[in-house]
Amino acid sequence: MWQRIYALVLRHVYLHKRSLARNMEIVFWPVMGLLVWGFFTKYIERVALPGAGAFFLGSLILWEVLYRSQQAISYSITEEFWVGNVINLFISPISTLEIGAATCVMGLLKSTVTTVFLMLMAFVFYGFDLFDAGLLLIPYYGCLLVFGWAVGLLTMGMIFRFGRGAEALIWGVPFLLEPLSAVFYPADVLPRWLWWVSMCLPSTHVFEGMRAALAGKDAGPWDLPMAFLLNVPWLAAGGLYFSRMLARAREIGNLARQVVD
Amino acid sequence: MKFPTTVVKTRELGKTFDNIKAVYGLTFNLVQGEILGLLGPNGAGKTTTIQLLLGLTTYDAGEVSILGMDPTRQRREVLSRVNFSSAYTSMPTNLTVWENLNVFSLLYGVKNRKKKIEEVLERLKITEARHKVTGMLSSGQLTRLNLCKALLNDPEVLFLDEPTASLDPDIADVVRQTLQGLRRERGMAMLYTSHNMYEVEELCDRVIFLHHGHEVARGTPDEVKLAMNEKSLEGVFVRIARGGDVETAGNGDGRN
Ligand SMILES: Nc1ncnc2c1ncn2[C@@H]1O[C@H](COP(=O)(O)OP(=O)(O)OP(=O)(O)O)[C@@H](O)[C@H]1O
Ligand SMILES: [Mg+2]
Repeated sequence: MWQRIYALVLRHVYLHKRSLARNMEIVFWPVMGLLVWGFFTKYIERVALPGAGAFFLGSLILWEVLYRSQQAISYSITEEFWVGNVINLFISPISTLEIGAATCVMGLLKSTVTTVFLMLMAFVFYGFDLFDAGLLLIPYYGCLLVFGWAVGLLTMGMIFRFGRGAEALIWGVPFLLEPLSAVFYPADVLPRWLWWVSMCLPSTHVFEGMRAALAGKDAGPWDLPMAFLLNVPWLAAGGLYFSRMLARAREIGNLARQVVD
Repeated sequence: MKFPTTVVKTRELGKTFDNIKAVYGLTFNLVQGEILGLLGPNGAGKTTTIQLLLGLTTYDAGEVSILGMDPTRQRREVLSRVNFSSAYTSMPTNLTVWENLNVFSLLYGVKNRKKKIEEVLERLKITEARHKVTGMLSSGQLTRLNLCKALLNDPEVLFLDEPTASLDPDIADVVRQTLQGLRRERGMAMLYTSHNMYEVEELCDRVIFLHHGHEVARGTPDEVKLAMNEKSLEGVFVRIARGGDVETAGNGDGRN
């Protein structure tokens, strides 16, 4: 089992060893994003909102954790479709669970690389240390990572079911989550009904909690436990949907066909 | 007399997509050391049959047993003892030949990986390309890489879907020799599709012709030719493709 998971992870490590574009994805783009928003917040701090910097930068970095985790998972499968390797993969003695696990490991690796880079950059350019938020950062990070897995599994399921046409979803889904997760503002600015929706997302609780911690306030006692608890049904739903859609792809012949034509 | 072991057995196998009966009522046995050709015009159901046997697509009628096991229940066990190659699949293009084979030998739990990889590269005569990036291979080299992958786990049954499409005559011959050799040395059984009737006559012990998802002729190449009163398999093929009258030919089909 471990050997097969290792094999799939190794396949992606080989890929990154040689592909500049893939490395840009996990390092270059996020860093550029950080620089733009970093300088922008510096400006905002000067003209209007002292103290906004930490708020923005912290949110920005944590958002990347979720985003990269989801992207890494969805891409690891889409990649196989692009190169016509789906059949080879699915006729090897690997189980659905192992494929899921290997992609989650990829999510962990990629989002960790991105986050470490961003934290370093934020420190160098803006003297911002995300660990100002304290050690709570670590469980919060874990929550975002796991939520990224759940959403990644959901998008991966859609790719199996709807084929390559669903590739747009890989990009689209995070943009749907971003406004609802209260990344850059407190959740209570949302209209009432949207607020309810946002409360169902583990990410909202993470961002609320982190903001409180960065502002030096006590986090709401419920933020972390809620994020943890909500992750359970989300991850279960993601895994279930993924395996259901994979089975469905086998029924309608999608698994075999997309490569051949 | 000892009968050779049956490695693949189907009974009334069928699959319908939407309203298309891609395959129906297909019954055959494949025995150890046998090369069985699955022939027929485009869209006859050859690829679908192989995909059903590999569990890439689920069948909705009939029964399948591979190496005495039910491939839907004992999927991992079955898949670790068979393999598949086609000129129409590819492999991660950014990885080198060696890296790709290394990944697959890990997936198949191959012991002594380095040695095995060298051996299959040597067999298919692409050792010199082993540090090339897969995306840079010629289509003939890629086809052989696919075959190398398919040999990594010493499969007992090899499913080959047009494995020699795009090969030049010289390399196609190397591939045929390799397959013959594997059958002789290890009694590897093969289910083989091809549109090259010359190749089929050289390689296959028996053939089954499919048309519109259904069997229309079977037997040794000679039996089929005789039964349809044609001089060549090519002639049989054309008759079938154009819908001429056909009967199930021969009796060397091992039905039981
Ligand atoms: N996933 C699918 N959904 C719908 N129809 C399908 C699917 N896969 C195959 N078919 C149909 O099933 C029939 C058999 O196709 P198949 O690919 O098995 O033919 P084939 O004998 O391999 O042909 P070729 O010689 O062109 O490779 C065709 O009519 C094809 O259009
Ligand atoms: Mg075909």
